[in-house]
Amino acid sequence: MANSTDTTKQNYTAKDFTSDQDVRWCPGCGDYSILAQVQRTFPDLIETAKDKVVWISGIGCSSRFPYYMNTYGFHGIHGRAPIIASGVKIANPDLSVWVATGDGDLLSIGGNHFIHACRKNVDIKVLLFNNRIYGLTKGQYSPTSEKGKVTKTTPFGSVDYPFNPISLGLGSDATFVARSIDRNPKHMQEMIKRVGQHRGLALLEIFQNCNIFNDGAFSVLTEKDTKDDHVLILEHGKPMVFGKNMDKGIKLDGPHPVVVDISNGKYSKDDLWVHNEFADTPVHAMILAHLDDRPEFPTPIGVFRQYFKETYDGGIKSQIEKIIEKKGKGDLEKVLFGGNTWEVS
Amino acid sequence: MSEIKEKDFRVLTSVTVRFAGDSGDGMQLTGTQFSDTTAWIGNDLNTLPDYPAEIRAPAGTLYGVSGFQLHFGSEDVHTPGDVPDVLVAMNPAALKKNLWELKKDGVIIVNSDSFDQKNLKLAHFDSNPLEDESLSGYDLYKVPITTLTANALEGLPLSPKEVSRCKNFFALGLMYWLYDRPIKNTEDWIKEKFSKKPEYVAANTKALQAGYNFGEMTEVFTTRYKVEAAKLPRGIYRNISGNEATALGFLTASVKSGLPLFLGSYPITPASEILQYLSSYKNFGVKTVQAEDEIAGITSAIGAAFTGHLAITNTSGPGLVLKTEAIGLAVMTELPLVVIDVQRGGPSTGLPTKTEQADLLQAIYGRNGEAPVCVLAARTPRDCFYMAIEASRIALKYMTPVILLTDGYLGNGSEPWRIPHLNEIPDIEVKFRTDPEGFYPYLRDKNLSRPWAIPGTPGLEHRIGGLEKSDIYGNVSYDPDNHDKMVKLRTEKIKRIVNDIPDLKVDGDDEGDLLVLGWGSTYGTIIDAVIKARNSGLKLSYAHLRYLNPLPKNTGEVLKKFKKILIPEINLGQLARVIRSEYLIQVEQLNLVRGLPFKVNDILGKITELLGGGNGK
Repeated sequence: MANSTDTTKQNYTAKDFTSDQDVRWCPGCGDYSILAQVQRTFPDLIETAKDKVVWISGIGCSSRFPYYMNTYGFHGIHGRAPIIASGVKIANPDLSVWVATGDGDLLSIGGNHFIHACRKNVDIKVLLFNNRIYGLTKGQYSPTSEKGKVTKTTPFGSVDYPFNPISLGLGSDATFVARSIDRNPKHMQEMIKRVGQHRGLALLEIFQNCNIFNDGAFSVLTEKDTKDDHVLILEHGKPMVFGKNMDKGIKLDGPHPVVVDISNGKYSKDDLWVHNEFADTPVHAMILAHLDDRPEFPTPIGVFRQYFKETYDGGIKSQIEKIIEKKGKGDLEKVLFGGNTWEVS
Repeated sequence: MSEIKEKDFRVLTSVTVRFAGDSGDGMQLTGTQFSDTTAWIGNDLNTLPDYPAEIRAPAGTLYGVSGFQLHFGSEDVHTPGDVPDVLVAMNPAALKKNLWELKKDGVIIVNSDSFDQKNLKLAHFDSNPLEDESLSGYDLYKVPITTLTANALEGLPLSPKEVSRCKNFFALGLMYWLYDRPIKNTEDWIKEKFSKKPEYVAANTKALQAGYNFGEMTEVFTTRYKVEAAKLPRGIYRNISGNEATALGFLTASVKSGLPLFLGSYPITPASEILQYLSSYKNFGVKTVQAEDEIAGITSAIGAAFTGHLAITNTSGPGLVLKTEAIGLAVMTELPLVVIDVQRGGPSTGLPTKTEQADLLQAIYGRNGEAPVCVLAARTPRDCFYMAIEASRIALKYMTPVILLTDGYLGNGSEPWRIPHLNEIPDIEVKFRTDPEGFYPYLRDKNLSRPWAIPGTPGLEHRIGGLEKSDIYGNVSYDPDNHDKMVKLRTEKIKRIVNDIPDLKVDGDDEGDLLVLGWGSTYGTIIDAVIKARNSGLKLSYAHLRYLNPLPKNTGEVLKKFKKILIPEINLGQLARVIRSEYLIQVEQLNLVRGLPFKVNDILGKITELLGGGNGK
C-alpha cells in the first residue's frame, strides 16, 4: 500500500475525511458548520494522498477539530498549534498542514507563535474560529471580545480593547489573509479552497457563533434582515457594493473610505473602490481590516490580501539542497576528524 | 641577531595557568588558543572558562574581569586545577580578582603598562602592588605588554586601538615560549580567522612572535618549563568542548539512526553554542530553527518528532522551566525527543555564565501530573558526545522524551578526545510503522513503546494529543481505570529502561567504609580527590552516575555495601534526596553552590573528615 496514494487521483468524498469519533461540540455551535465545510471542500482540495494532510490544534473548543478529521492529527497544548505545525511542515514540506484554533488560543496565549509564523511565512493554513469568548473554560472574555463586554471575569464590563485578527495578520506580513462566517457555507467553502491553494501562511478568520456563552455575537452579519446591510463581500477586481438592494458602495477618498449611495444617480459603480487582493502593499487591505471600526461601515468578508514570497520551510529546504550541492553530502568521519588533530601512537 | 642565551628547562608533570583580563582583552580566545596548542602537542588538559555575564563591562573594573583557567600535564588531568600556578593578569582588576586563589609562591605575569592611576583606582588598589611589597612572596614578572606590542607593530596601518587589541597575542606568545609550545598552531588559526583582513593577520602574527621572542631574547625569564606529552591511549585526538561534543553527538546519532536531525532552539547562555554548531551542518540535512521563544523551540521539535525526525531542543535552566508543559506533551503523546539542559547558576536568571547542578530534581520531577522521563547526565566534555548518542537511542527506542543534563563547566570546558571511528559506534535502529493491518496508535511493543506512524504513511491516519488517551486505541478517554492504567504504563515504560543501561561500576573495593557517589561534571574532581585520599593511605571507593532516571539496576546493592556514602554536588543535595527516597539509606552530603566546579581539596577535606583521620593505615 505504501505510496500508492501519492499521485493517483483518489476521488475522495467528505466521508473519507470524517473520523469515527463522535463530535462533542454543543448542539448549535458554529464549529459544526466549519467542520462540515472543511469536509465538503477537502475532496476538491486534496485529490491525492490524504495521508499527507495533518491537522494541528491547541486548546479550546475549536482545538478538538483534529479528532473529527480522518487525517493525521495532533491536539497540542494551549497556544502552540502554529509552532507545532511549523515543526511538522519544516520537517516534511510535502505535507499539507492545517491549524484549527480559537481567538484565545491564537491571539492570547499563542500570540507570539502566530505573529512569528506569519513573519516567517511558514506554509501552514490557519483557521481561526473567532467566537469572541472563552468557551471551553465557560465564558470569560477573550482578546477579541468588544470593549465593555460583560462576562464572568468582567462583571462590570471589560476595559481592554480587542485585537483585530485581520489587522494583526496583515501587520505581521501574513501572505494570505481572509475572513468568512459560519452561517455562510458557500462563502466559507470558497475561502477554504483559496486557503488550501495558497503557498505560505494563510489566515482565515471565521466568525463563529458560540450559542452558549456569546450567542448572537455576529447575528447582525448573519440574520436575513440585517446581513446585507452589514456585510461587504470582497471580490477581486470588483467594486465594493453592498446593501439589501445592492445600492450602497465604498468609495475611497485618498486613504479615507466613505459609504455612498449608488441608487440616486450621484454616484455609480464606476466611482467605487475596486478591490485588489494582490496589492503590492498591505495598505489598502489594512483600511479594509479597520473598515467596520465605525458603525456606518459594513464588515468585509473575503480575501483581504494575498501575495507570494518564499516560505520558511521552503527556504530551509532549498538552503540545505544548495549547501549539499556546493559542499557535497556531509561526511561524518571528516567532521569528527576535522580541525586540529594529533596522533598518539 | 643578538646572541641567544640558553635557558634552563624545568620539567613539570602538570601546571595550572590562569589568563585574566578585561572582557574585551580576548582572554577566552587566548585561553582557547593555548589549550588547543597544548592539546595538539599531546598534553592531557582540562579547562575552565570563567567570564562575566556582561559582554563588555566598563574597562578596568573588577566586574569586567574575564578569566580562563587551564590545567595541563604529562599525566591524566581530570580537573581545571584547584589553584593556579601561574596568573597572567592584563590589568590591575584582573590581578586583584584572581590573586587570592594563586598558589602561595606562584608566578605572576602582569602587563605593567596597565598599572596606571586610573586602573589602580578602578581595581580598588590603594597603592601600586607592583611597587609596594604586597607581591613579594610571588615570582612577579612586570612586562610592559602594551608598549612592547605597539613597538612590534610599528609601521603597520592600524589605529592605536587596533594595535592595543593585539596585546593578548603578545601575552600568548610569551606563554608559548615559557612553556615551550610551538606558535605555529595559532599562526595558522590567525591566518584562517582573519583571511579577509590581511592587516590583522600581519598584526596578530607579529604580536604573537614578538611575545615569543621577548621571552627568548630578554633576561627577564631565567627558567623555562617543559611538560612532556601525556601517555594517552593510541589514536587520533582533538581538543573538544562539551557543547561541541554534544552537537557532534547528535549529528552522529542522526547519521547512525538514518533520521534527519531537527533542532528547535532559542539562544540562551551557556547552551547557544549547540545551536551554533549544529546550524553549520546543513549538508547533513540538519534542520535548525531559531524559534521565537523557548516554548517554540521545544514544540517545533515535537512537531518534527511527530513527523519522523530525530528531534531535539537545547536550553539552560530558565528555558527548561518554560519547556516544562511541552515535555509533558511529549510524555503524553509518547514521542521521541531529547531536551538538553546545559545547567547554569539559578534560580531565575541566576548566574548565567557560571556552572551548577541544581536542575536535577526539575529534570526528574518538574512537571504537572505523573510525567516520567529518562534523565541522563554527561560527566566530562567528551562524554557529552556519547551521552548525546545514548539519549537519542533511548528516546527513539522507547518513544519518550529524554533530558540530557550537562552544565556550563562541561559545555564551555574542553579536554583532549580520542576521536572514535564510525564503526566503533553502533547503529540506532528505528522502525516506522507502515502496515495498516492491526495498527493502533497506543498498541505497545515489548518495551511498552507505541508505534511511530508518521504523516505521509497511507492508511495510518490517526490523532494524538495532550488529552488522556485510551489504552491501545488512542482515542480521547476520561475513563478512570484507563487513566490509572495509562499513568502506570508510562511510568513502567521508563522503569524498564533499566534493563537496557549499564550497571553502576565501582572504582575500588565493592564494600568498605566510604563510597563517594557523584553525577555529572564533578567526575574529574572527585577522581582526583579519591586518588589523593588513597595516596594518603585512606581506603575508599568511587562510583559515578550517568543515568539518573532510571538509576542503574544495581545502585541499591552497591550503596548498601558501604558504611558511609558521600555525595558531593553543586546544589543543596538533590541526588542525595533522590538516593535517600529511593533506597531508604543515609547519605552524607557535600554541597558548595559557588557557580564554580568543586576544588579537589573541598572533596578531599570531606573525605578525610568522614574517615576520621584514616581507615587504611
